[in-house]
Amino acid sequence: MTAALSNDLVLAIPELILAIGAMALLLLGAFRGEGAAGLVNWAAVGVLALAAWATLAGTGEAPRLAFSRLFVVDDFARFMKLLVLLGAALTLPMARSFMARAGAERFEFGVLVLLATLGMLVMISANDLITLYVGLELQSLALYVLAAFLRDDAKSTEAGLKYFVLGALSSGMLLYGASLIYGFSGTTNFVDLAATLGHGDGTGPAIGVVVGIVFLSAGLAFKVSAVPFHMWTPDVYEGAPTPVTAFFAAAPKVAAMALFVRTMISPLGDLAPQWQQIIVFMAVASMLLGAFAAIGQSNLKRLLAYSSIGHVGYALVGLAAGGLQGVRGVLVYMAIYMVMTLGSFGCLLAMRRGGQMVERVDELGGLSRTNPMLAFVLAALMFSLAGIPPLAGFFAKYFVFVAAIDAGLVVLSVIGMLASVVSGFYYLRVVKVMYFDDAVGPLDRPIPLPVRLVVTASGLLTVLYFIVPAPLLVSAEAAAKSLMP
Amino acid sequence: MDALLKEYFPILVFIGIAGGLSIVMILASLVAGPQKPDPEKLSAYECGFDPFVDSRGRFDVRFYLVSILFIIFDLEVAFLFPWAVSLGDIGVFGFWSMMIFLGVLTVGFVYEWKKGALEWE
Repeated sequence: MTAALSNDLVLAIPELILAIGAMALLLLGAFRGEGAAGLVNWAAVGVLALAAWATLAGTGEAPRLAFSRLFVVDDFARFMKLLVLLGAALTLPMARSFMARAGAERFEFGVLVLLATLGMLVMISANDLITLYVGLELQSLALYVLAAFLRDDAKSTEAGLKYFVLGALSSGMLLYGASLIYGFSGTTNFVDLAATLGHGDGTGPAIGVVVGIVFLSAGLAFKVSAVPFHMWTPDVYEGAPTPVTAFFAAAPKVAAMALFVRTMISPLGDLAPQWQQIIVFMAVASMLLGAFAAIGQSNLKRLLAYSSIGHVGYALVGLAAGGLQGVRGVLVYMAIYMVMTLGSFGCLLAMRRGGQMVERVDELGGLSRTNPMLAFVLAALMFSLAGIPPLAGFFAKYFVFVAAIDAGLVVLSVIGMLASVVSGFYYLRVVKVMYFDDAVGPLDRPIPLPVRLVVTASGLLTVLYFIVPAPLLVSAEAAAKSLMP
Repeated sequence: MDALLKEYFPILVFIGIAGGLSIVMILASLVAGPQKPDPEKLSAYECGFDPFVDSRGRFDVRFYLVSILFIIFDLEVAFLFPWAVSLGDIGVFGFWSMMIFLGVLTVGFVYEWKKGALEWE
């Protein structure tokens, strides 16, 4: 009993660090008052770093189950957890100066980010429909509060409320799907599900299981904001405070995608013919909507929201392809996407004029002359998001499309490439406004140091990725392998 | 069948006693209590609110906070009952699991206390 328990706890050390850290910081904040905001923020970054360090331990080991098989730790989980922790740890310092200016410097911000991250780690390691739901809810509840963090701001509260109502709806759908799957297979455990649903007697799965999978994927698609469950994304991204939006676009998306991939590949892997068409449809719809709907946007945050919908579509191409190649494609895609998106939102956070955030595309006019370095990084990120070689975004798309073509999904990849061409229009428009339009006026200086660091690092990674692509590919390959039966 | 019904006999007795006791209480208060009705006494009591008003009316948001705080501890008790009943079977592991759960809850309680959520003014 005790030996088994300590074995379980060792596997969950990153989660335990986050849970204990969040509670300790909550108490610290409660006793020290609002003056502790800065301290809590930096301590939260420390807790995240500690959790990342604990996650790295044991890399390369065979997958291990814990807590009566409710929880799994494998290289796939480690890869995704590191991405999530990185996303959270980079958002926190960037948020400091923004929140201070908005008059919302509260210590709860760091605690909420920690709790949301804890939920994401649990999601990534879920090996049971119950664990999946618990992790998802812990993450979502913290995120609803974060979206409404500027509680005196009408847009922010509206974003929080919208996210909450639609999120509750999607959780309901997910639970309904999970209950159907449980009802028709008799288990919620991923290992048992794979065994029960796997051995086909030629008749295929019960219709109830298929309906359950549809509802489950609808709930998961909402969390990754894939079309047709994307409606909340532009409004929430626009309304939420910019650092929170950066967090939304990076960490939860990576975690939800990890959950999506694990659920589809691990317990439902043998039912691929059943769910593949759903994923293909969502991928095509997301890529096309991401490409066309962003064209009319004048607000940069909305534009990036539609862009993120499109990018989820490309990542889903990898999931639709399935197999080692496809999963590796998704992993590489999510890693590169996260770097690019953090960089883009970092650029947004860096831009203020007369104390106001620069959020409209036409306000970027002449940025190349007033602030050449920032304009260069933003231009590089836009080229990369559009998928132009030799930038990182090109390789991300390349690997998912290669996987799709190998899996025989040629039409899907052709549609993806065409959507990518269309989306080039609005990415390039941002570059054109920065480089060829009349200058609007200089930006406020100085840019806060953490924002500058994140933007620089993301720009460097995006531009120079083609020199050393191997480490990411190798670790993504190892991660994908650990998921394969 | 008979055995099954016999098992339910205590419940029948229970329902009988409960019903009888209620009737006795209502009758006793009707007979023995002084009856001086006024509009305020006759209106239904609903947490200090008038029960029949426009649902768009405004009320203090602190009611909402109190109810949320109540639900947390309500659920805690819902967990504590089965835990207390089965403590003999689940042993030390079960005991400390609940202690950790209560500890987490206490952290939240300290937070809300320090934040002043428990003070009405």
